[in-house]
Amino acid sequence: MTSVSLAGMLWPPLGVLGEGADWPPKRSLAQERSGFEFQSADTQALQLDDFANPGLLWVDRGKALWEKPSATDAPSCEGCHESAASSMAGAATRYPRHDAAAGGLINLTQRINRCRTEQQRQPELGYESYAMLALTALVAHQSKGLPFAVRIDGRNRPHFERGRAYFQQRRGQMNLACRHCHEQHAGRMMRGERLSQGHSNGYPTYRLEWQGLGSLHRRLRFCNQAIRAEPFDYGSAEYLDLELFLAWRAADLPIETPAVRR
Amino acid sequence: MTPTRIAMPDEIRAGQPFEVKTLITHPMETGRRPDPLGNPIPQNLITRFTCRLDGILAFEAALDTGVAANPYIAFLVSAERSGTLEFEWHGQHGFNVRETRAIRVV
Ligand code: HEC
Ligand code: HEC
Repeated sequence: MTSVSLAGMLWPPLGVLGEGADWPPKRSLAQERSGFEFQSADTQALQLDDFANPGLLWVDRGKALWEKPSATDAPSCEGCHESAASSMAGAATRYPRHDAAAGGLINLTQRINRCRTEQQRQPELGYESYAMLALTALVAHQSKGLPFAVRIDGRNRPHFERGRAYFQQRRGQMNLACRHCHEQHAGRMMRGERLSQGHSNGYPTYRLEWQGLGSLHRRLRFCNQAIRAEPFDYGSAEYLDLELFLAWRAADLPIETPAVRR
Repeated sequence: MTPTRIAMPDEIRAGQPFEVKTLITHPMETGRRPDPLGNPIPQNLITRFTCRLDGILAFEAALDTGVAANPYIAFLVSAERSGTLEFEWHGQHGFNVRETRAIRVV
């Protein structure tokens, strides 16, 4: 409880925040456990199956798009980056990151769109479109097994602080914070689902309920709606701040993309 | 283009069964689910899957509403000589996807 009100008091005057008692920040979980551990044996087996994991259909599609000649006279992704397996290894671990042109954080999906529009002079891909999920899954898959390595200091720090505060803050008609479900009640059942610690290390993730691949922001929208709070837009500043905090919070876990979840 | 995944051993022994695994992107809509506005989502199913070896039916499956999205089908085939496996997924609304793979018997 104290940590909730503390976080609420710290924000917004971040400019005047010194290297106070809570910096560098401490993780609140005694041990990070991937959402994988909270899944049934069947779902776990499906994720681990290098053939049958349905998320790999999106990775395959991403690979085809990577190699596909651009509709403009610009090179394909492969034309500039060569093989994704070597050029994109570890890329996903560093996002979201501060971007001078955007004047704030951008995540991997937005970084890919940047190449689409600036390098290839093509229209943006929809955030949750099939092609964008496929490309994001392909790139993130090249970091499978690696931990996140995001920066939370410097220009990233105010974003991190906001994401952290958001995680603690009660909201919605049900007046619950992320941490109530994903820290206090992790491991308990909620409407047929076992609550995990709410980590972001498997995204984009194949959810059996979605019958398809979805982004982290899609997941966050669901979590907001579960407590009858207004969800933010895909790619919104609020979700980017939260995404940075979640990546830091999951830093001991390997990236699993594409994970499979109920 | 409908993404599919097909896996089988690189080398096959004459007459010995080998496993073929297939996966395809498809919603397998049952026709019993409402969309977020409460309107029924029309049924959309793959209804039949076949695998032929040099034109001869080697495996066949009928699919219905009990099969989850993105169906995964694995089965055993045996071959006496090298040839071509032809896979076909056939469904409602004109859905038809065909893929072929060469097999090498050693
Ligand atoms: C004309 C060349 C060009 C094309 C085409 C191109 N990119 Fe890039 N891409 C770049 C450059 C330059 C950078 C920045 C490299 C840097 O900052 O070190 C970059 C950076 C990236 C990054 C960030 C990597 C990291 O480690 O942070 C990703 C992800 C990426 N590109 C994905 C793609 C994808 C996906 C496509 C195809 C849709 C694509 N790019 C097409 C030139 C290109
Ligand atoms: C009412 C409870 C509840 C609240 C509050 C809630 N979630 Fe969730 N969340 C769930 C459920 C249920 C799932 C699906 C089961 C699971 O993985 O925990 C989930 C899943 C997730 C996942 C995916 C985990 C995985 O392994 O794929 C993430 C990430 C997540 N939540 C983040 C958040 C964040 C960030 C917040 C605050 C904005 C939040 N959640 C608030 C119930 C909640």
